[in-house]
Amino acid sequence: MEELISLFIRAVFVENIALSAFLGMCTFLAVSKKIQTAIGLGIAVIVVQTITVPVNNLLYTYLLQEGALSWAGMPETDLSFLGLIVYIGVIAAMVQILEMFLDKFLPALYQALGIFLPLITVNCAILGGSLFMIQREYDFAESVVYGVGSGFGWALAIAALAGIREKMKYSDVPDGLRGLGITFITVGLMALAFMSFSGVQL
Amino acid sequence: MTTATLDAKEIKSVITSPIADNNPIALQILGVCSALAVTGKVETALVMSVALTVVCAFSNLLISVIRSQIPSSIRIIVQMTIIASLVIMVDQILKAFVYETAKQMAVYVGLIITNCIVMGRAEAYAMKNGPVMSFFDGVGNGLGYSAILVAVAVVRELFGSGSILGFTILSPINDGGWYPTNGLLLLPPSAFFIIGFIIWALRTWKPAQVEETN
Repeated sequence: MEELISLFIRAVFVENIALSAFLGMCTFLAVSKKIQTAIGLGIAVIVVQTITVPVNNLLYTYLLQEGALSWAGMPETDLSFLGLIVYIGVIAAMVQILEMFLDKFLPALYQALGIFLPLITVNCAILGGSLFMIQREYDFAESVVYGVGSGFGWALAIAALAGIREKMKYSDVPDGLRGLGITFITVGLMALAFMSFSGVQL
Repeated sequence: MTTATLDAKEIKSVITSPIADNNPIALQILGVCSALAVTGKVETALVMSVALTVVCAFSNLLISVIRSQIPSSIRIIVQMTIIASLVIMVDQILKAFVYETAKQMAVYVGLIITNCIVMGRAEAYAMKNGPVMSFFDGVGNGLGYSAILVAVAVVRELFGSGSILGFTILSPINDGGWYPTNGLLLLPPSAFFIIGFIIWALRTWKPAQVEETN
């Protein structure tokens, strides 16, 4: 139990998927103008991440891994080269389901997210989460915790950035830097700040 | 077939406009993640640019060809399958011909799948336009991405470790030279600052891209 809690804390802060692994940057920069939209997207990412990481973990363990097919009488089959396409398939299916669900039940959020909802599929934070999970050989319980934690870390980072950007409305930014330019520089500073978490042992 | 109505001017504008006027990274905010990760060295940035341009052009072409057959509720899965297959091909080709570089950037080649430029262009352009124009739109956006990527990589490698493509330009103090290398530029956050400044320069040059105050 203790290990899982420390894994969660690590996934949220020390190895924050947005600010220390730099994944999911496109949506991170584009949908952080308003806190409310940012939190909505953050929740969508948490949901997708929480489902896809454990599902990919199961697929990897019981289908793709070398020797995983021994239950089907094929102990020597190694399908791990199919990994990428399987993970992205799971992710795309999840996003599509989420999109239909939001369209039907939360149309306001659906409108607000716009093109960035389908783009969650190509949010590298989601695929990156699954790849890190495979690379670090998490078991099923760990993959659930890691999925929630990394999604939560990403949501936290985008909410923080949205908060800063809302305040920044009141500052006098040079013309050419206004909007995207200053956001890049803000994120750079946030990333430098998050580097101070690196090396924290839990 | 729309090919008959195409003229060279339109193709040219589709290719060149993403480079400065409608740059995928600087204006459309697409494909930023890998721009941070592979720009520590010019060589990896170049390989990445070529790989992305190829994938983007061909995924646009293929998706545009079958665009009227794709039911809109499963379009994302169809697009991802096409893109993932192309990326696996590019990955295999890189491993066969430039093995050393491919080994250095193995993860990032896989991450082309999740590069929003490819998917964004498929969704925004290839689903609505003919195959030929879509192909050139893919090339153009790939070039726009490459322009930023190579620019960032040149700054980071030149001032961060004093060399370009591995050739020493400013001999660093550590090797008995005179140039104090800037370690900050080798850290990924520096790419944020450089892209920020590139955007500033670009928008000063083309004031039409300056965002409204709200």
